[in-house]
Amino acid sequence: MYKILSKRTLGPQIREYIVEAPEIARVAKSGQFIVLRLHERGERVPLTIVDADTRTGGVTIVVQEVGKSTREMGDHFAAGDDILDFVGPLGVPSEIENYGTVICVGGGLGIAPLYPITRDLKKAGNTVIGIIGARNKDLLFYIDQMDSVCDELIVMTDDGSNGNKGFVSNPLHDIIASDREVNRVWAIGPGIMMKVACNVTREFSVPTVVSLNSIMIDGTGMCGGCRVEVGGEAKFACVDGPEFDGHKVNFDLLMSRQRFYHEEESCALERYLASEKKEEGALV
Amino acid sequence: MSRQKQTPMRQQNPQIRIHNFDEVPLGYSEEEAMIEAERCLQCPTAPCVQGCPVSVDIPRFIEHIKNRRFSEAIATIKETNSLPAVCGRVCPQESQCQGVCTLGIRFEPVAIGKLERFCADWEAQHGGATHQVLPTKEQHVAVIGAGPSGLTAAGDLRKKGYQVTMFELFHVAGGVLMYGIPEFRLPKEIVQREISALKAMGVKIELNKVVGQLYTVDDLMSQGYDAVFIGTGAGLPRFLGIPGENLNGVYTANEFLTRTNLMRAFLFPEYDTPIKVGKRVITVGGGNVAMDSARTALRLGAEESIIVYRRSEQELPARAEEVEHAKEEGVKFQLLTNPVRFVEKDGAIAGAECIRMELGEPDESGRRRPVPIEGSEFVIDADTVVIAIGNGPHPLVPRTTPGLDLTRRGNIVADPDTGQTSREGVFAGGDIVTGAATVIQAMGAGKRAAVAIDHYLQEKRAGKE
Ligand SMILES: Cc1cc2nc3c(=O)[nH]c(=O)nc-3n(C[C@H](O)[C@H](O)[C@H](O)COP(=O)(O)OP(=O)(O)OC[C@H]3O[C@@H](n4cnc5c(N)ncnc54)[C@H](O)[C@@H]3O)c2cc1C
Ligand SMILES: Cc1cc2nc3c(=O)[nH]c(=O)nc-3n(C[C@H](O)[C@H](O)[C@H](O)COP(=O)(O)OP(=O)(O)OC[C@H]3O[C@@H](n4cnc5c(N)ncnc54)[C@H](O)[C@@H]3O)c2cc1C
Ligand code: SF4
Ligand code: SF4
Ligand code: FES
Repeated sequence: MYKILSKRTLGPQIREYIVEAPEIARVAKSGQFIVLRLHERGERVPLTIVDADTRTGGVTIVVQEVGKSTREMGDHFAAGDDILDFVGPLGVPSEIENYGTVICVGGGLGIAPLYPITRDLKKAGNTVIGIIGARNKDLLFYIDQMDSVCDELIVMTDDGSNGNKGFVSNPLHDIIASDREVNRVWAIGPGIMMKVACNVTREFSVPTVVSLNSIMIDGTGMCGGCRVEVGGEAKFACVDGPEFDGHKVNFDLLMSRQRFYHEEESCALERYLASEKKEEGALV
Repeated sequence: MSRQKQTPMRQQNPQIRIHNFDEVPLGYSEEEAMIEAERCLQCPTAPCVQGCPVSVDIPRFIEHIKNRRFSEAIATIKETNSLPAVCGRVCPQESQCQGVCTLGIRFEPVAIGKLERFCADWEAQHGGATHQVLPTKEQHVAVIGAGPSGLTAAGDLRKKGYQVTMFELFHVAGGVLMYGIPEFRLPKEIVQREISALKAMGVKIELNKVVGQLYTVDDLMSQGYDAVFIGTGAGLPRFLGIPGENLNGVYTANEFLTRTNLMRAFLFPEYDTPIKVGKRVITVGGGNVAMDSARTALRLGAEESIIVYRRSEQELPARAEEVEHAKEEGVKFQLLTNPVRFVEKDGAIAGAECIRMELGEPDESGRRRPVPIEGSEFVIDADTVVIAIGNGPHPLVPRTTPGLDLTRRGNIVADPDTGQTSREGVFAGGDIVTGAATVIQAMGAGKRAAVAIDHYLQEKRAGKE
């Protein structure tokens, strides 16, 4: 059992939790993730480690409520409650070095996993430009945190409700196309965002790291369900990644595999929402 | 009693059982077990015992059954085999104890496995004796991986009085017994019963602990463990390496079975993990894993389940009983056939282009090598494919333990008699050493390692005094 030490709402259906897992907190590095299972009937849900505090033993995760499991977590798991299983740290840590100038691009929920990497890149001496974006201002979070670890932060929204109007790939393109030297790019977010970002950086041959969130079960290299195609070869996102050379990733395959259980996921969510309604009815 | 034929075990009707996950063979009654026990010739040389990797005293336990001394029978088995309820169900008896049974030369061999299962089930119903544990010693052993090899090593070491802590990456202990072998062949309740017995003896089991990620073998040694046993199994799925293998609808057997068994996807949406099975399912491979996948597919609603295997029926490596059960359930066998490419439609699997094979000269395994027949390609339509062509060693521990000698394939090199690896105080056994083998072989390795670890720790203690 792993106790939730705190819970905080960052936006509509976006919540940050700190979970007590001292062993993990002691060794976690940026770029790594955990897998949690809420209860006996739960599925194994992979989530990025956003922060880890060796003093309190707290591991921070940010969860976007997109389906049954994450909704259930948001609705029913509060500070003081226990999560049944919490495994990690999994995956290979980010390669943090002093590259020179780095651009860290985060789209939507991708801002959460991007934050610790940005922080560590800054600590390693890089000049860091942050670009974060979301559909609208409500879905943006961690602006202050990102700002505190970037030399420069650009904020984008699709509708212009905060920062500049447009996609994160627009300023990315502008900076790289200008005469500023950029040595490396990290791009984390929805598949399509990473794909577009990689198309921009490929054109200018700037090495680009992406973090792939394929569907996972064990998270330790045993099922092969998380496989992705990198440079024409099958790789396991959980143990070979989750970070890969974005210029070699087959994003279309990634996105198509992510959609495989769409029907089942919708069925599970509908069923969950219906049962929630019933419960609400009973309370009234 | 018939000398010629085994006493049949009642089993679920195939038409009914393909719609549920309940166990297929239903077990012997006391009378049936006694009738079957009568068939044993009590051979003085007992070849059956040599056929058993842990040397169960077969004639003796069978004699006890014959005389209705069931608790003595199970005690006899447990002298050497700590998981009889499991082995009685899943050992490939035809190539082990029963394969060399004297009666089997002319007739059907004694149903040793079924009798063993009977004894274990009898004990579960009647309450068994608890294990004796020697007074607790100072020394502490870490066991990595809670599959049959690790569980056996842990149990034996605990009995000798050592403090034992197991580290398992999954949220339950049992290894392949929990995530691989399906419920209808090995009810999970039985596995958990055995694990509870270990816990009752004082073995600590730390779940959700991924060694190699959370801490390394060296970390464990410096945390104060006096010896380490590695039993991390063969969990790395192999691929065919043909086009289309990453399409939606192509599963590895590990994923297919883990979703179903460990995550209970057959109970979706009661349980949260989904699985998707089409009308027509192809399983590639011919071992236990393939049979389990093909039979699971039927239970998950497939109308047709087809095994595609590149050799002939004779070479099928699966247990005989599994092949028989699969056939009874209507699994089709497309033998001497190998997929060369998966066919795509709208981003998902639509079928497998296969080539027919013929058997040529024997290869290094002694089996005749399958050779493709040129121009014989044909397509089998399918909406789900399961690849069950074997597993490699789980790489996390080997990769993170410096100084550990590995084979070319990545298995840990360990002395077959002791499990000793190239690192002092580090022992290994089971599938991580031998490559995918059997439950009882993994248990045997765990047993031998426990003996060797005991010796090692005694010497270490003597050295300190
Ligand atoms: C390495 C890694 C790190 C991740 N980090 C975060 C994070 O920090 N915060 C966060 O909110 N989400 C993260 N995710 C995604 C998160 O795991 C899924 O959103 C979650 O599993 C959805 O579960 P659900 O039941 O609520 O939704 P579902 O109804 O199951 O699915 C809704 C959507 O999530 C995707 N999804 C479903 N199951 C998984 C799975 N096991 N792995 C990945 N995607 C899945 C589906 O493709 C679908 O688009 C990460 C995924 C991976 C692989
Ligand atoms: C589907 C299937 C059907 C089979 N059917 C039969 C059969 O009918 N009869 C038979 O005799 N054999 C059968 N086998 C083979 C048999 O199950 C194996 O030979 C046996 O389980 C090997 O035992 P083991 O202890 O070496 O490893 P495993 O059972 O594989 O257990 C290894 C354990 O280690 C854990 N682990 C791995 N890495 C780490 C790590 N880094 N940190 C912590 N824990 C870790 C794993 O999660 C797992 O629990 C079958 C195998 C499969 C897959
Ligand atoms: S353990 Fe397996 S091989 Fe040994 S007697 Fe029992 S069934 Fe036969
Ligand atoms: S070989 Fe067969 S008949 Fe002989 S003792 Fe063993 S089980 Fe009985
Ligand atoms: S999640 Fe199973 S291999 Fe990656």
